[in-house]
Amino acid sequence: MEMGWRWDFTYEILPQMAIATLNTILAAGVGYAIALIVGLFFLLAQRTPSKIFNWVNREIVEFIRSTPLLIQLFFVYFVLPQFGITLSAWVCGMITIGLHFGTYMSEVYRGALEGVPKTQWEACRALNFSTIYTYRRIVLPQAFPIAIPGMGNYLVGIFKDTPLLSTIGVAELFHAATAVGGYNYRYLEPYTLVGIIFLTLSIPAAMWVRKLERDVNISQGKIKK
Amino acid sequence: MTYFEFLNEHGITLLLGTVTTVKVLVCSMILYVIISMIFGLMRLSKNPVIQGIATVYIEFFRGTSLLVQLFWAYYVLPFFGISLEAFTAGVVALGLNFGAYGAEIVRAGILAVPKGQWEAAHSLNFTPAKRIKRIIIPQIFPIILPPAANLTVELLKATALVALVTVVDLTFEAKQINSITWLSAQCFGTALLIYYIMARFALVPFLRWLEVLAARKVGKEKI
Repeated sequence: MEMGWRWDFTYEILPQMAIATLNTILAAGVGYAIALIVGLFFLLAQRTPSKIFNWVNREIVEFIRSTPLLIQLFFVYFVLPQFGITLSAWVCGMITIGLHFGTYMSEVYRGALEGVPKTQWEACRALNFSTIYTYRRIVLPQAFPIAIPGMGNYLVGIFKDTPLLSTIGVAELFHAATAVGGYNYRYLEPYTLVGIIFLTLSIPAAMWVRKLERDVNISQGKIKK
Repeated sequence: MTYFEFLNEHGITLLLGTVTTVKVLVCSMILYVIISMIFGLMRLSKNPVIQGIATVYIEFFRGTSLLVQLFWAYYVLPFFGISLEAFTAGVVALGLNFGAYGAEIVRAGILAVPKGQWEAAHSLNFTPAKRIKRIIIPQIFPIILPPAANLTVELLKATALVALVTVVDLTFEAKQINSITWLSAQCFGTALLIYYIMARFALVPFLRWLEVLAARKVGKEKI
């Protein structure tokens, strides 16, 4: 077997990898969208008046947060069929990523809401604003910039965790690399390409998040230009 | 087969896997703490070359997926004549990856020590070594330990990935048992529970204890 980097092989597998990259981006996007919504539900569950309900919710969040995503994937993928629910690998992966990162997202939301000073609420009460109006015009516009860095970081985080989906057979980038590598018995180029593709996508994304954070802070008057 | 029969038959295997997971966790924890201190300091260096190396390292390891790094260490490094054992490859990949995240925490922690502390130590004529050792470092720990604790719980979760490069840890054993018995709910459920117990009742209390210890050292009773 020839050692060292082989450019012809690289060009040969490049189209395949490019298509798989689109799948990875799709998986990350869908997973993120689900996580955003699931996080909202966990947040709402945290803010109910019932103490028992809050406690149960917190324990569920803690459990999901402190166990590995990989085993959660296996659990959803292998256990649901035993109860007669057969879902495709894609759906299982999206559900698991959505649930897992939804718990993180709910913490981001909670932190953002708690980051709005209490006096803002009191002022709104004094001005006789309705709760909805308070949220819409006073609290959420202030909470949003606090949430932006966290939300952005988890978008990049989900993107970097999508390779785990390959373990249950979702045909994303890493899966394609393993398949190509196994077929040709050359892992150097496929895995290196995966690394390069991840770098070229996630570094600009991270920089964009940082810029967004700055822009929002400037528009809120927190830092000067 | 009831759950107790399942535990009776496969409990030992899962526990042995847990021991490996703990080993991976402890080794990669030591490695990542050392790396994050070195690169956190390098990141603050005034020398552009040293700072550049640290930045490239951090951006590289934070920008690519851990799984990719793991597979790279295990399957690609042999191409360059470096054959690592699965366990070593796993620990090295985990340590390098989390070291990059840790370096940023260390950097932020050092920057968070008020400048007045440096100046006061300077004006009291402390030597640079003493200044770092007696004034700065004790104040860094209470700042960096909470985010470091989060990172360490993430590390425990990430150790599950080493199963994919054939390290026989808890995840690997769970998968193995699943493929023999097809009792998926039992074996993955048990594995999830064991990870949860490790995180919730061992790792987190230990890290909290460290936080309290560090806070006490600088005279803060509560964090």
